[in-house]
Amino acid sequence: MQRELTVNGSQHSVDVDDDTPLLWVLRDVLGLTGTKFGCGIALCGACTVHVEGAPRRSCVTPISALPDGARIRTIETLDELPEGMALQRAWLDVEVVQCGYCQSGQLMSAAALLAANHRPDDSDIDAVMSGNICRCGTYVRIRKAIKQAAAQLPRAEGAGSRRAAEEHS
Amino acid sequence: MLANDPSVRSSACSRREFLVGLAAAGGGLLVSFRLSPAMAQTSPAAADLLTPNAFVRIDRAGRVTLILPYVEMGQGAYTSQAQLLAEELEVDLEQVTLEAAPPDESLYSHPVFGDQITGGSAGLRGSWDTLRLAGATARVMLETAAAERWDVDRIECEARRGAVVHEVSGRTAAYGELVDDAARLPVPGDVTLKDPTRYKLIGHSVKRVDTPDKVNGTAKFGIDALPTGVKFAAVAACPVFGGDLGSVDERPALRVRGVRQVVKLDDAVAVVADNTWAARKGLAALDISWLEGANSTLDTARLVADCDAALESPGVVASETGDAETVEARAASRYEAVFRMPMLAHLAMEPINCTAHVREDGCEIWVGCQRLALARRMAAEALGIPLEKVIIHNYLLGGGFGRRLEADYVAQAVRIARQVEGPVKVTWSREEDIQHDYFRFHNHSRVRVELDAQQRPVSFSHRIVGPAVMARWLPIFFQNGVDLDIVGGAAGPYGWPRQRIEYVRHEAPPGLATGNWRGVGPTRNVFVVESVVDDLARAAGRDPLDYRRALLAESPRALAVLERAAEAAGWDRPLPRGRGRGLSLLNDFGSYVAEVAEVSVEPSGHLSVERVVCAVDCGVAVNPDVVRAQMEGGIIFGLSAALYGKITVAKGRVEQSNFDDCPVLRMNETPSIDVHIVESTEEPGGVGEPGTAALFPAVTNAIYAATGVRFYELPIDAERLRSALT
Repeated sequence: MQRELTVNGSQHSVDVDDDTPLLWVLRDVLGLTGTKFGCGIALCGACTVHVEGAPRRSCVTPISALPDGARIRTIETLDELPEGMALQRAWLDVEVVQCGYCQSGQLMSAAALLAANHRPDDSDIDAVMSGNICRCGTYVRIRKAIKQAAAQLPRAEGAGSRRAAEEHS
Repeated sequence: MLANDPSVRSSACSRREFLVGLAAAGGGLLVSFRLSPAMAQTSPAAADLLTPNAFVRIDRAGRVTLILPYVEMGQGAYTSQAQLLAEELEVDLEQVTLEAAPPDESLYSHPVFGDQITGGSAGLRGSWDTLRLAGATARVMLETAAAERWDVDRIECEARRGAVVHEVSGRTAAYGELVDDAARLPVPGDVTLKDPTRYKLIGHSVKRVDTPDKVNGTAKFGIDALPTGVKFAAVAACPVFGGDLGSVDERPALRVRGVRQVVKLDDAVAVVADNTWAARKGLAALDISWLEGANSTLDTARLVADCDAALESPGVVASETGDAETVEARAASRYEAVFRMPMLAHLAMEPINCTAHVREDGCEIWVGCQRLALARRMAAEALGIPLEKVIIHNYLLGGGFGRRLEADYVAQAVRIARQVEGPVKVTWSREEDIQHDYFRFHNHSRVRVELDAQQRPVSFSHRIVGPAVMARWLPIFFQNGVDLDIVGGAAGPYGWPRQRIEYVRHEAPPGLATGNWRGVGPTRNVFVVESVVDDLARAAGRDPLDYRRALLAESPRALAVLERAAEAAGWDRPLPRGRGRGLSLLNDFGSYVAEVAEVSVEPSGHLSVERVVCAVDCGVAVNPDVVRAQMEGGIIFGLSAALYGKITVAKGRVEQSNFDDCPVLRMNETPSIDVHIVESTEEPGGVGEPGTAALFPAVTNAIYAATGVRFYELPIDAERLRSALT
């Protein structure tokens, strides 16, 4: 059926079956290929996007589970979030990336982590990032880059920065 | 900077074949090209461009395009290749456009493999001379053109950052101003390469060229290709190895909204739809009857038993050195051990996929593949059309690890596309990706070591059982009945007084496809050899580091990495109870690598790998940070397999299906990793695979040090560890 979505600030009307996961709407219908397919059952995190500011595995998020007009952010506009831009810079500075296929999901998960917590420690990072698989083995650098990006953000955290994130969305 | 449109083809390149002879000359290197007469004609299309070879193009506007023969799958190949070319061409990386080479064996074959292959940790080794020469040749032609224009000696002209400068007169000409004159010059037979002390790019950790697009979602992998009008397909091949399609009623799929078509192949069914989800739903709706064939009762127990049986039969002698009689006279005791390694899948993050459009006039393919020329051949063969009718657009690879050295999915995609109007993207589910892999097959080894009265080894015999992947995949590496890959590293870098390597060829049942897996032969053999050496050291009551030192008198580079890793790991520092360190060492892929793993094992038997220290001597480290990244990644890839890697078979089917029953290492299990690069001026060695190959025994030796429990089989059986300790 017909559904309204706001993806990266643009409104879209899509006509697919209700059970169609957001992943395939983004990739196949809207042509936003930055969000990746990895496992199809929320085990690898490659498909992570933000729905109303919260991280979601788009491969198991049927379009019918989204509120009408839901605001969705994908990797393509991650740089609009202060956390996102800090992470992208740190990712390049630390040279995190190898093949790069999982990195959209890694960055979206990390951005959600930082939006809620500007000073994550190792266990905070483990708790959020262990849901994202990287087969090239960039985990050591991801951890380093998250800490480096966090250091660029003001110490104030939690609700304040979440509001800031929403203002940008 | 990176030309993202892989459809741009480098057909304007002139065809020159060069054989490289290196001789020291005045601090630089004198290089001889030998032109193949048939190829010496410059292509007419190149008239307005300087195209001295297949790797460099410069146009009148001064735009420099570098053509990179090896594909990017995360290993930093684009960056390192660009560094080699740009270094000798005297351009900044910011000044160039990079282009992936199209499939063309005559221009872009790896000098050792004889085919267009990115793999075997061999890309940089294959391009070290070729690409530096290609850059230097273009640079010399530009310098010569400037010298002739200014009527000065070429020696006085110097290329700098995309221009030729005549210091004495203060004149400068940008490359673009010189290309017409330079293109009329004969391609020089000899060019002098830069003195390494003048390197500005080689040996420096320049920023990777492929990564900016990979943090903002714009990088295009094969799975991201969206040619106009593309449809989306889900596919199921017969779940039993080698089985075929029996029958299928198409109607349930066609009732799914968005499904356009059901395509039947001999061994698979594909559903084509408006989006991938509709295709998957359609496929799931089908009740497919398969002809299971000969493998319908195959299981892992039989595969292992068959391998064990093969271990009892004599093989082909792959290598034999030393004098048997002297050994027998000295031998006082014998050590013997059998090692068993499981089937493994690759699990690249980008599931297998290929997009194809078959038209009356030919076929167009969009794919990321480690072996483009093979992909093109297989597509042409599957369609029964000439090679030149197949156009391949080469995309970034979301991981290869050996899986994308095959092109089965390209052949499958064109067979589907042949029945579809317009382009179709075939995307395998993760389950399909795991269950229809080209598996690293079961591999068993037996080692016998004869020891003298002082417990010193006098002979080392290693019998290897496994498939000859090279016989199918790269026949020049299958010689006199020996797969040259599977025996790689079979004796380690040690000076055994006598050694004998035997190979028993043992293929998987027909239908079960076997292939290359990161680290290839050495991934298996380093585990065997380094476990044996550790056992021998323990049996002799010696420290494993000390024991190895005594065997490495003839291998200074191996000894140096070993010492470096041991020192960095604090080998001699005592550890608390339940902790242990393990060593491993390899010399393969043209590199030397030592690793020290530190593990902790709780009294309950719970294992954690805390830290891995790695020392690598890979000759000249063209990009040291890329070298470090490859070692880190290789270690993590190896650790996934050491802890979890196992594909099992029941009723002819793979039992695993996704990351739940086929787990891989995650962030919370990742050890700290320190990589130390040993400075070297030797030719570059490979770095993609040795980090993985060295990991397994470092961990199992550390477990032994911590607990006294030795693992001769992989993956490490956590249950066995628990029951041994509790």
